[in-house]
Amino acid sequence: MQTRKKCVAMLLAGGQGSRLYSLTKKRAKPAVPFGGKYRIIDFPLSNCINSGIDTVGVLTQYEPLELNAYIGTGAPWDLDVMNGGAFILPPYVHGKKGEWYAGTANAVYQNIQFINRFNPENILILSGDHIYKMDYEKMLHFHEKNNADGTIAVIEVPMEEASRFGIMNTDEDNRITEFEEKPKQPKSNKASMGIYIFKWSKIKQYLIEDEEDETSEKDFGKNIIPKMLTQGENMYAYSFDGYWRDVGTIQSLWEANMELIDGDTALNLESDSFKVYTRNFSNPPHYVAKGANVSKSIISDGCLIEGEVTNSIIHSGVRICAGAKVSNSIIMDGTVIGKGAVVEKSIIDTECRINDKARIGGDNDITVIGDSVVIDTGAIVKEGTMVDPDEVVEASKEDILCQKTSLESFAQEAKVSS
Amino acid sequence: MPKDVFGIICAGSESEQLRTLISRRDVASLPIGGRYRIIDFLLSNMVNSNISNIGILTKKNCQSIMDHVGAGKEWDLDRKNGGLFILPPFDTSEGYVKPEGMLDELKNAERFIEKEPQPYCLICKASVVYNNTYDKMFDQHLETGADITIMYDIVPPTMDSSIENTEQFVLRMDDTGKVTDIQYSPTDNEECCRSMECILIHKELLKYLMDNAYSYNKHNQMVDVIKDNLSNLKVYGYKHEGYSARITSVATYYKASMDMLKPKVLADLFYTGNNVYTKTKDEPPTQYGEHASVENSMIASGCTIEGTVESSVIFRGVHVGKNVRIKDSVVMQNAQIYDNSVLDRVILDKNTVIRPNSQLIGTVAYPVVIPKGGIV
Repeated sequence: MQTRKKCVAMLLAGGQGSRLYSLTKKRAKPAVPFGGKYRIIDFPLSNCINSGIDTVGVLTQYEPLELNAYIGTGAPWDLDVMNGGAFILPPYVHGKKGEWYAGTANAVYQNIQFINRFNPENILILSGDHIYKMDYEKMLHFHEKNNADGTIAVIEVPMEEASRFGIMNTDEDNRITEFEEKPKQPKSNKASMGIYIFKWSKIKQYLIEDEEDETSEKDFGKNIIPKMLTQGENMYAYSFDGYWRDVGTIQSLWEANMELIDGDTALNLESDSFKVYTRNFSNPPHYVAKGANVSKSIISDGCLIEGEVTNSIIHSGVRICAGAKVSNSIIMDGTVIGKGAVVEKSIIDTECRINDKARIGGDNDITVIGDSVVIDTGAIVKEGTMVDPDEVVEASKEDILCQKTSLESFAQEAKVSS
Repeated sequence: MPKDVFGIICAGSESEQLRTLISRRDVASLPIGGRYRIIDFLLSNMVNSNISNIGILTKKNCQSIMDHVGAGKEWDLDRKNGGLFILPPFDTSEGYVKPEGMLDELKNAERFIEKEPQPYCLICKASVVYNNTYDKMFDQHLETGADITIMYDIVPPTMDSSIENTEQFVLRMDDTGKVTDIQYSPTDNEECCRSMECILIHKELLKYLMDNAYSYNKHNQMVDVIKDNLSNLKVYGYKHEGYSARITSVATYYKASMDMLKPKVLADLFYTGNNVYTKTKDEPPTQYGEHASVENSMIASGCTIEGTVESSVIFRGVHVGKNVRIKDSVVMQNAQIYDNSVLDRVILDKNTVIRPNSQLIGTVAYPVVIPKGGIV
């Protein structure tokens, strides 16, 4: 016998995030590393547990393996609880046919049975592509106080940018009177954050009806919410005024990372009362060697820094060898930057081998190197290039590949030099 | 591999030379290496050897250890079978007896030892830091048919007797590795085989030795019991390869911390392929300011570094203010060092606060130690 849940969260994590190019070739967008030790999905998952929501369905579809392994039992976010927890919900076969999730609303529709098990009063719909800290409990109070059927979190954006968002027009009580998707002449600057709370009994009916409507795109923003508004349901806009960034593009991902270095964002990762949890790997503290130079940067555990790092974010287990120069860049877990290599304004994905004296990127356009890429000794990758995962970029015919992992090679070198 | 072994870690220490560093904690929970406690190394060594049934004998303040290890989740020791057991001293019907030596502590854990399904017992004292598995030691124990195997490593002659250990047991062995004598801190300054206070023994023999010692009203060290029985037991030494440090005084703690900045030691302790596990705190990564300057240092997560750090170990959540200079020092978690201060050969315990413009300068043999929560 399950006790009734006040709110169950459904996290839409199935999107490809095609505007992140090589970074999402082999993984879903929510699994993209961020900020030195996090993945994007850490933010909504931590928000859930920090808001007292202990039941989260994670709807996966596109390249789910890395994400599934990352979430595991949900223990890193304290989501390994007896009644509830983190559940990975991929599309499945029912009856004789199986179908992919055809849209955000369809994805939730296909999991009605899952939600029914918890018999919740409300459901919270989240997406896995935003960096923010938000107490959903406050939004839930607002929702209940208004006896709303649906509550949509909105953030005020500059008026001139409002035409890029889904805009909510509200009355003085924050009741939504009109929803306009990317309006040419916006009447308000309250942009939808893609975070919704619905009364479960109500939304269930809409999901079932929408499923039968063959003309529908089966999307919350395009179909469900407009329909609820035309049918006169009680819909409210909940204003959020904290730090919130969409990291759906290379440019915005890079910028959000760089904002962390400046340290004056409202994200406040140091906060003890509203921590962002993440899966921890047992890395020792990072080591900065003699002759190294680190300034205005964020460095994670397990790194070995022998070269020069400025204005960059270095994820766990990265080695930056002597004479290497890394600036304005994001280097993800386990990558090795060889001796004398130069990396400028680049995003380098996990487990890459950038061999000695290679040169990557330049001042202007962001360069992206996919997962497990090998850049040959002395090779040059021009700025603005996107290198796909697992590729080998050769400088010449001499094929010198550094295959060892960073830590093994460090241990070996240390043994030789001692 | 050794499925037949359960572990016991003696978390306390008799060493008074650790002074304020252990005034409120057992030596096992002394922070070391930027994010660890000493016990993490032993727990990880055992777990990496597939020993998943471990008792921790606490002595002084078990709260600090319980807070750190919890249910053993980080070491994968929250198991249905076996797992982690914390064994504090307790009151018996004969009245509370303050444990004098390791033997008393083990006597306290008699029930635990009896009920364990594994026949062999690995007993480690928590004051030693190293990264190794016990697989080969166990193999050797079976091959030699030893009654007791003691882990040791080879220590070069001491360079500076004020820094090196004075408190150590030295094994004398014949050509086959059989232990013929055990000496306590010999004064002759030469290369020696130093006991790493880690022994492998069958639990029935352990019980017999304990009971026998008690019948002579002996309460002291396990090593004394072994020594008394060297003629009628097969005691062998097992040589540990790689770095190890015995933490018995402020000076040895300081030296071990400085050792960890050497690439060879760093590799021996952290990059062997066997992870060292510890309680995680979900701190954000460390933030370096524009004028930060860091060299030859180990820095844990959650720090903000605005000043200069040289040849130092900085634990989690430490704030190093502007124009601060830290050299050859150990700064434990959540210490706040405000602008323009200078620390040279200093050990700051947890949660210390160094006010602006302070200067603290120690020496290698006697680093300045600021106790937990101290405000300077």
